[in-house]
Amino acid sequence: MNRGEKTFGILITFGVLFLFWILLSGLFDAFHLIAGVICTGIVTLMSHDLLVKGKDEKFIGKSLRLFCYIPWELWQIVLANIDVAIRVLHPKMPIDPLIIEFETPLRSDFSLVTLANSITLTPGTITISVEPEKGAFRVHAIAKEPADALLLDQTMQKKVAEVFFVEWPGTDQPART
Amino acid sequence: MVIGDVIVTLFLAGGLFFTLVGSIGLLRFPDFYTRLHATGKCDTLGTGLILTGVIIYHLFHYSGTPLVPVRLAFLVFFIFIANPAATHALMKAGYEVGVKPWKLGDERR
Repeated sequence: MNRGEKTFGILITFGVLFLFWILLSGLFDAFHLIAGVICTGIVTLMSHDLLVKGKDEKFIGKSLRLFCYIPWELWQIVLANIDVAIRVLHPKMPIDPLIIEFETPLRSDFSLVTLANSITLTPGTITISVEPEKGAFRVHAIAKEPADALLLDQTMQKKVAEVFFVEWPGTDQPART
Repeated sequence: MVIGDVIVTLFLAGGLFFTLVGSIGLLRFPDFYTRLHATGKCDTLGTGLILTGVIIYHLFHYSGTPLVPVRLAFLVFFIFIANPAATHALMKAGYEVGVKPWKLGDERR
């Protein structure tokens, strides 16, 4: 990490934290603003390398794409809840749990966390464990259809890969008919 | 005002419905993992909908303090990040301790 990247990380972290301080305090007199600058500065010095890691020319592009990804994700959450509600309230309780594993080309921490959280929130699947070295996921699915959605269609993995500018290997995909 | 109250009531009712479904799922589902499916998802959306209703109510009735809805929106945001992470942590802990997943045809436990 060189000097310019470090400054960039510090500035971004400071800006986000200070904005957060203002929103939470809601007071604009000198005392609270100066106290905010001091506190934000201390926290920034301690943790500036957590939010922005090293070089990232595509920081803004990734943020924009993540922002576009969120509405789709919210809609998936609503579908997931209706799905669970049907399974819970159905008299026969149509569940058939199984555990599946798959690998992805994602490597960075933030992309893995995004995919893991998305899997947990979308219909019928919860992440059990993630291996960052191989990008391997172990997922508990409540029935066969949600497991197939992750294993065969892989819509969600592709969307997350697109958000983080990761090339999706076209070799191991099943042929579309 | 009436329209606002109707929207708020719809949000609160939706939130209550999903929270209730989560609780019923917790009682009906057969094992640890499937129960987490019920609570992990329904609690997230249920709490989110209830808080959204509260935000809209606040905007309609106390428009003098616009920062309070912003704080509530942050609450929704953090719940949407923290809840799946907590569900995943419970799931992983259970898997590593060796809790056996329920299969179709097993006894309830």
